[in-house]
Amino acid sequence: MLLIRCPWCGEREETEFRYGGQAHIATPRSDVDDASWARFLFHRDNPAGPFAERWVHIHGCRRWFHIVRDTLTHDITRSYLPSESPEDAG
Amino acid sequence: MADSEGMAVRLQSLPQATQVGFRVTLASQMSAANALGIPALPGVNRFIGAGGLLVLWLGPDEWLLIAPDGMVEWESRLRNAIGADQGAVVDVSANRVGFELSGPAARDVLASCCALDLHPRAFGPGGCGQTLIAKAQVILAQTDLETYRILVRPSFANYVAAWLEDGVAGVQGHAKADL
Amino acid sequence: MKRRPSGGLLDRDRALRFSWDGRTLSGFAGDTLASALLGNNVSTVGRSVAQGRPRGVMSAGLEEAHAFAQIGEGGATEPLVRSTGVELYEGLVARSLSIRGVLSPETDSGRFEKRYAHADVMVVGGGPTGIAAALAAGLQGARVVIADEGPELGGALLRDRYLIDGRPAAEWVRAAGLMLAGLPEVRVLPRTTAFAALDQNGIVLAERVSQHLPIADRSGLADRRLWRVRAKQVILATGALERPLVFPDNDRPGIMLASAARAYLHRFALTPERIVVFATNDDAYRTVFDLHDAGVVIAAVLDARDEATGGLPRKARQAGFEIETGAVVTGTIGDQDGVLQAVRVARLAGGGERLVPCDLLAVSGGWDPNLNLHQQRRGATRWDDRLATFLPGAAVPMQTIVGAANGRYGLNDCLVGGREAGLAAAAALGFAGTVVPAPSAGDEAEGEHASVWHITAPDGDESRSFIDLHRDVTVAGVTRALGAGVRHVEHVKRYTLIGTGVEQGRSAKVNAGRAVAGGIGLDFAQVGVSSGRPPAEPVPFALLAARSRGALFEPVRTTPIHPAHVALGAVFEDAGQWKRARYYPRPGEGMSEAVVRECLAVRNGVALMDASTLGKIDVQGPDSAKFLDRLYTNRIGTLKPGRARYGLMCRLDGVVFDDGVVMRLEPNRFFVTTTTGNAGPVMEWMEQHLQTEWPDLRVWLTSVTEQWATVPLVGPRAREVLAPLVVGMDLSKEAFPFMAVKDGVVAGLPARVARVSFSGELAFEVSVAWDQGLALWDALLDAGSAYAITPYGTEALDVLRTEKGYIIVGQDTDATTTPADAGLEWMIAQDKDFLGKRSLERPAMQRTDRKGLVGILPDDPGVVVPEGCHLVADPNEATPMTILGHITSSFVSPSIRRSFGLAMVTGGRARVGQRLYAPMMNGAPAVTIVDPVFYDPKGARRDG
Repeated sequence: MLLIRCPWCGEREETEFRYGGQAHIATPRSDVDDASWARFLFHRDNPAGPFAERWVHIHGCRRWFHIVRDTLTHDITRSYLPSESPEDAG
Repeated sequence: MADSEGMAVRLQSLPQATQVGFRVTLASQMSAANALGIPALPGVNRFIGAGGLLVLWLGPDEWLLIAPDGMVEWESRLRNAIGADQGAVVDVSANRVGFELSGPAARDVLASCCALDLHPRAFGPGGCGQTLIAKAQVILAQTDLETYRILVRPSFANYVAAWLEDGVAGVQGHAKADL
Repeated sequence: MKRRPSGGLLDRDRALRFSWDGRTLSGFAGDTLASALLGNNVSTVGRSVAQGRPRGVMSAGLEEAHAFAQIGEGGATEPLVRSTGVELYEGLVARSLSIRGVLSPETDSGRFEKRYAHADVMVVGGGPTGIAAALAAGLQGARVVIADEGPELGGALLRDRYLIDGRPAAEWVRAAGLMLAGLPEVRVLPRTTAFAALDQNGIVLAERVSQHLPIADRSGLADRRLWRVRAKQVILATGALERPLVFPDNDRPGIMLASAARAYLHRFALTPERIVVFATNDDAYRTVFDLHDAGVVIAAVLDARDEATGGLPRKARQAGFEIETGAVVTGTIGDQDGVLQAVRVARLAGGGERLVPCDLLAVSGGWDPNLNLHQQRRGATRWDDRLATFLPGAAVPMQTIVGAANGRYGLNDCLVGGREAGLAAAAALGFAGTVVPAPSAGDEAEGEHASVWHITAPDGDESRSFIDLHRDVTVAGVTRALGAGVRHVEHVKRYTLIGTGVEQGRSAKVNAGRAVAGGIGLDFAQVGVSSGRPPAEPVPFALLAARSRGALFEPVRTTPIHPAHVALGAVFEDAGQWKRARYYPRPGEGMSEAVVRECLAVRNGVALMDASTLGKIDVQGPDSAKFLDRLYTNRIGTLKPGRARYGLMCRLDGVVFDDGVVMRLEPNRFFVTTTTGNAGPVMEWMEQHLQTEWPDLRVWLTSVTEQWATVPLVGPRAREVLAPLVVGMDLSKEAFPFMAVKDGVVAGLPARVARVSFSGELAFEVSVAWDQGLALWDALLDAGSAYAITPYGTEALDVLRTEKGYIIVGQDTDATTTPADAGLEWMIAQDKDFLGKRSLERPAMQRTDRKGLVGILPDDPGVVVPEGCHLVADPNEATPMTILGHITSSFVSPSIRRSFGLAMVTGGRARVGQRLYAPMMNGAPAVTIVDPVFYDPKGARRDG
């Protein structure tokens, strides 16, 4: 059971959140070819190690945010707003 | 509702009150505060109680006003202050009901069903948070050293009350095994 | 063993009676079940799992592999409880286990509680290390939780004669306990076992709250309490466990760990008459000194090492004890009950054996740091040659492993290490500045530990040399596993069952790894040991569930009108957590009769239902129309204030997600309804896009599902019923047409009224404040009494909407259904983009052989073909048959007086007119594919 830091509310139990999959996936323009669109819809990274992912504090402030979580250790090294990039310090 | 007055903790239902939810851009937050007669809207995880009003932080652009019923047209007052293109104001008076849990053991009762850290170093009077009591979402606000206000959707009220009553029975040492 | 007349940590004034296998025995307050049995000369406490061999108490704690008992009676009985951890109480009922325990078939009658706790520093283990750590952190002002499985703090200090600061260690423990108790931010949890270490320092504890009390004194108390602790820093002061040695017949009653012999002396005042001590390390010499001082005959001191040069062996020699180095036990001899009588002794190097009579053999194969919690977090371990065991590698983040758990067995090391760990953990969190006492003890210089673990059977028979004493696995068993080609320790574990017992093979793991290494000729350090997983200690499922049972298990959500449904005798169905009235049977009616009556009332008279569970979202802001146009497949922006429109939403992949009604209240304010089940997901979906995709839009959402209670008033007489209840609201067709919405007053209540219909009849959907829902319901019922107004439930609604060919998302659609598949291509706006639109252009979404919505009419109008049935063209085709689709909704229609339904079939409406079959176990009823609208296809009634 993870303890996740909501950038707004602070550290809360995982049960207060809902998972939103890989972060930083830009929606392509609708005139891309079918293969590119399918890749956007259905393909996601699955690294063994640090992974930037989206969560929403669904039972709290209802804000979407990002964390970087190590999929091997579950260590969470960053929690940041969607407007920030994963490389930003903090 | 178990009336446990005189024991180390007491749980009671709160009377119906006016509740107005408002979401507002940074530009109009001061106007909203002015309309409510408070110096500024409360910050993250805090609420302000002033002049019979409670203003609770719910999110970075979202607050909840709780006021005594019928005195002032808070919905329209807030809407006028915020402006139609700077936010939203919604009457949610029926959307949640309130409980009050008070007494020296109130924090212990909440520790039986709520994972939030309510230690004075982490929370304390003036603190408020949206969290879970068992499986139900609630707004939890600490109004004084030993008193908590719990706001919950009416359809979850019986469930939350059952959990709190069970926690009360637990700290008072007359707990039953089964419900 | 015999009870000495005085001594021990017992309350001799409180004799306690208990029952063992039906016999009434007696012990003292302070006894465990195990010590009380030993004190009553019960040496055989059970039979082994596989071979049924007699077994006695082999330890005084966690590592116990033999002494398991069935405790309690009836619904409170618990199987496989470690007797060394059961505190004796008056009236305790216990039974020995023949092979295995028995779960009670009755509901667990105990009360199991859960508590959340938060700590700056969580200290696991209440021995000298843990106490020093907790005291140091606590005195600095940190919030500390310290848990120990024993009834009091002290750990190894309770079983040994140590001095701290020149005084008996017990005095230091007592003083430290008082100091801890006086610190308001320190919580001391005795009788509490940490059994799980979760991510981000979640530590789960099991506390025995009242199970040590006489049953009569437990009233109102929890049996056990589950603690969910979140700690910023964790200090693992979990100590080390003594390891048995493997030799022929090493499992007899009368063989115990050397440290346990001291525990039974010092804590429980129990002594044997003649003892043989079999050592591989210095610590076992404490057993020689202590038992000798208690008057026990030391029959032999065997040390497997070639030399014993540490401080304690030297002292033993100085005191005149004869130490046989290089000597080992090669076997044991028992009496007719199998209880130890004598041991065979020989040189490790080989040679002749001699018999040494004794009634206790104290063995020490070395010490293993207790690292289960560390391993649960995937913490590494490394082999240490000097201590001949696995020590922790780097601690996981925000944890410290200290004291014996870190391979520092000396008491002074423990005290210093614990204190430093406590100070460091506190300092890392900003708590510092208080002077904290620094206790000290004189440690003996410690010699190397022998790497001996197994004494080969002189006769070559390894089938009585037990590695896992609990699971009855021998050296021969491991050899058999290796012979079968099993190599990895985790595989050997599963092949042999080593380490799968309730004690998790604590005392067996290292020896098992060595057996594997030896058997396949590999370096043991590489073979390693099997991993530790939660729970480290068995915990009842009832404790994990805690109070989440019965009414507390799951929320049961009801609407404000629920009491009226109950009073009307409604039969309810679950819609997620909601209770919804399914139908309202009158006396003598079953479901089908009630549903026919309710449907006919809707079609021919007037009826009402409770639709309060519908999701409701308030949408405000200048970009609201733009926002909703991007979400819904159809055009919302053209909607005029005061009007409503049916709306459909897709997921990004183009699959139908939800449908509902969108009402435009004001130019920049909308009121959106969702299906009951999607109230949360639609709100989330909208928020997600506003926050992450379109943060530039000025739109604000508020969930108002439980602000509004909603009652549709439906049927040709609905207007007449509503008319007298409204003030200043023109209900005429012209002033209030289909898909119009008005705010006003109904029955004296502020209300929102919408002309929307899911049944195809004239309908006014009335919404009032949630807490006024019941008043509205009563007023409508009252007003409709002259018209025989009829409450109808979800079952009748399902029939009515099916007659109209209206889908229910999730029933008639699945995770592959596009709007066009559902017959809703007319709702796809061509002149705008919306979520999912690009996906609908993918070739697979355009295929003509996709499944599409159709109606079905069974040939036999009296047969309702069950929902979910497959449809095929040829009922006689050999299996696997070519499946063309399946039935999604199927009922009897009171309006067309026959069975009918909806289906999804390949090719969709191109199959209208075809006859398909629904093969089942008995028969394959034929159905004709028809247009999915069965009633009032022009919508004249709805628009009326």
